[in-house]
Amino acid sequence: METQTLIYLFVGASFALYIGIAVWSRAGSTKDFYVAGGGVNPVVNGMATAADWMSAASFLSMAGLIAFMGYDASVYLMGWTGGYVMLALLLAPYLRKFGQFTVPDFIGTRYYSSTARVVAVICLIFISFTYIAGQMRGVGIVFSQFLQVEITMGVIIGMGIVFVYAVLGGMKGITYTQVAQYCVLIFAYLVPAFFISFMLTDNPIPQLGLGSALNDGSGMSVLQKLDRSLVELGFNQYTAGSKSMIDMFCITMALMVGTAGLPHVIVRFFTVPKASDARLSAGWALIFIALLYTTAPAVGAFGIYNFVNQTNEVEYAEAPSFFTSWEDAGLIAFQDKNDDGVMQYRAGNAFAGAPDFTGERGDWGERVIANAPVDDNANEIYVDRDIMVLANPEIAGLPAWVIALMAAGGLAAALSTAAGLLLVISSSVSHDLLKNTFRPTISAKGELLAARLAASAAILVAGYLGIYPPGWVAQVVAFAFGLAASSLFPAIFMGIFFKAMNKQGAIAGMISGLVFTFGYIAYFKLVNPAANVADNWLFGISPEGIGVIGMLINFGVAIAVASVTARTPDDIRELVDSIRVPRGAGDAQSH
Amino acid sequence: MGNRDSDGNSPGNTGPDEGAHTQSGKGGLKAPKATQTDQSAPQKAEKLAAQRAYWRENIRLLIGLMVIWFACSFGAGIVLRDFLDQFYLGGYPLGFWFAQQGSIYIFIALIFFYVVRMKQIERKYDLDD
Repeated sequence: METQTLIYLFVGASFALYIGIAVWSRAGSTKDFYVAGGGVNPVVNGMATAADWMSAASFLSMAGLIAFMGYDASVYLMGWTGGYVMLALLLAPYLRKFGQFTVPDFIGTRYYSSTARVVAVICLIFISFTYIAGQMRGVGIVFSQFLQVEITMGVIIGMGIVFVYAVLGGMKGITYTQVAQYCVLIFAYLVPAFFISFMLTDNPIPQLGLGSALNDGSGMSVLQKLDRSLVELGFNQYTAGSKSMIDMFCITMALMVGTAGLPHVIVRFFTVPKASDARLSAGWALIFIALLYTTAPAVGAFGIYNFVNQTNEVEYAEAPSFFTSWEDAGLIAFQDKNDDGVMQYRAGNAFAGAPDFTGERGDWGERVIANAPVDDNANEIYVDRDIMVLANPEIAGLPAWVIALMAAGGLAAALSTAAGLLLVISSSVSHDLLKNTFRPTISAKGELLAARLAASAAILVAGYLGIYPPGWVAQVVAFAFGLAASSLFPAIFMGIFFKAMNKQGAIAGMISGLVFTFGYIAYFKLVNPAANVADNWLFGISPEGIGVIGMLINFGVAIAVASVTARTPDDIRELVDSIRVPRGAGDAQSH
Repeated sequence: MGNRDSDGNSPGNTGPDEGAHTQSGKGGLKAPKATQTDQSAPQKAEKLAAQRAYWRENIRLLIGLMVIWFACSFGAGIVLRDFLDQFYLGGYPLGFWFAQQGSIYIFIALIFFYVVRMKQIERKYDLDD
């Protein structure tokens, strides 16, 4: 069968599956809508959490980042998994014992203040919208790449699918669709990785293959060979980094703490029956996540290895078909600086910025680029990092059905995360803003309707952000982690572990952490991007890692303010005592 | 929101300074199981003592595990990487392996160890769910 037909088949079948599950698991009550009834099995919840967590960025971009950054990309691998240790040990069981529906719920009750609740809602909406814009964009890219529809149309189709199962099913619908989406995405990710690992090293397990010898008779391991050939081409050694140690440290920490503070991840632990299940579920979630995250370094390394082998010093006329098809898509470009018709892949940018195609063909049949060449290097190839995962099966010459599988997997990753984000946005509006702050008299039915309306509105906003993205996808996501690390995480953590933390301290801490981090990121990413170089950074910490400083400011301000203001009331101290012990979660759940 | 008093704490027993990290209470070292006794005051005191002892053990365990969490990722994967890279695990330089593979496996082990150990501690103090 044609690749294109297979892609339509796979994507169509997976969409039908998601909608089928949504119809089967409609939400009947607010509890169904917010926390899937509170009775989800910890293993099932772990799987749903993994799908919720692994976004378009994890599926599509991460291996590409690893391929082109080598060791430096370890910040993502450790940062996006280490946060689960913090979740399981420091937050999840206590939040589950607390037993409400949302993160602002906890903050508002623990700090006995609607101001704290509203501040938390603002943080949450900010974090979730920056994150969701990236997901809708990912949906658009997959559609335009594989299904040959415009990005705008792709985003609209994606919005339609999410609408059906998020608005009808709420958390209950989302949970079970996410389980299906996890299966689709992990299968799509692992199959080509097995093939490629086996082709290069005779070992089908990618985690082992990356540490094995190549089967090309050179006797070298994959990493040795990669180090050597990249250094020959003028790149850094693959296994050595170029980021400063303090920056590596801070980015990793910001991503870890940010992960633990992301509302759409935390809220998944409200859905299991008991406090101890929350811990167990976080463990399962990390196993399911690690399946992809330990495979990604292999996918990245094999990808760059194959890419260099198949393009460098190859005549354009003989270029592999993946090269020309991604060139047609505008994500690869060849600029023949020395006019020899042979592609040289070297360190450095071939030309500044994204390729600006003139629409003509050059002497060798390549698409002509209007960009002025950069003269201080001999690199002639431009390649967009994000194509690595999607192009990998083609680069390795895998069968068409594997390529079709990748399309379905990428969509599953983007849609599952988008749905989880939409849900926390809608429940914070209907539950925290309406029910608990501004319209306490609202009926349960009215609240459910409000939740559905809020979800619909959030989908429209997310779609708009996907079609007109406010910035480059990855840089938008960096916002979300820094903001979560500097605002929500400290407030929740201190709510559990410091009884002395009071309302004034928590509010002052959240606001100062958020303002500092937002200001720093906005200055370097939006206001004055030209100044975004290491020399100008505070302590040499890039905007990606600044959430750590924001977090420290939050802790410092909160503790200072709390020490000079009123003592935490006794009933709140009792509440903290009660969430610290697991017994009695069943009671908490029934309200 | 009827989730506050499920543990039957008496307000009178809530002292001013049982902050988590600087727990100084000496009363509950024996950590007896809350059993029979028909009078409610001693029972409550006992239960509170059990809760404090439970929380202290939890904090100790947490600190130990977070130290390992920090050591394998920030320690082995970042700070000590250059030193560790002189050793090899198969074809992996060791520091690189910790950063891209090893720390993730250790993270999983930490969570499951905590799950098992906490269950034991909760049973010991009769506070499990």
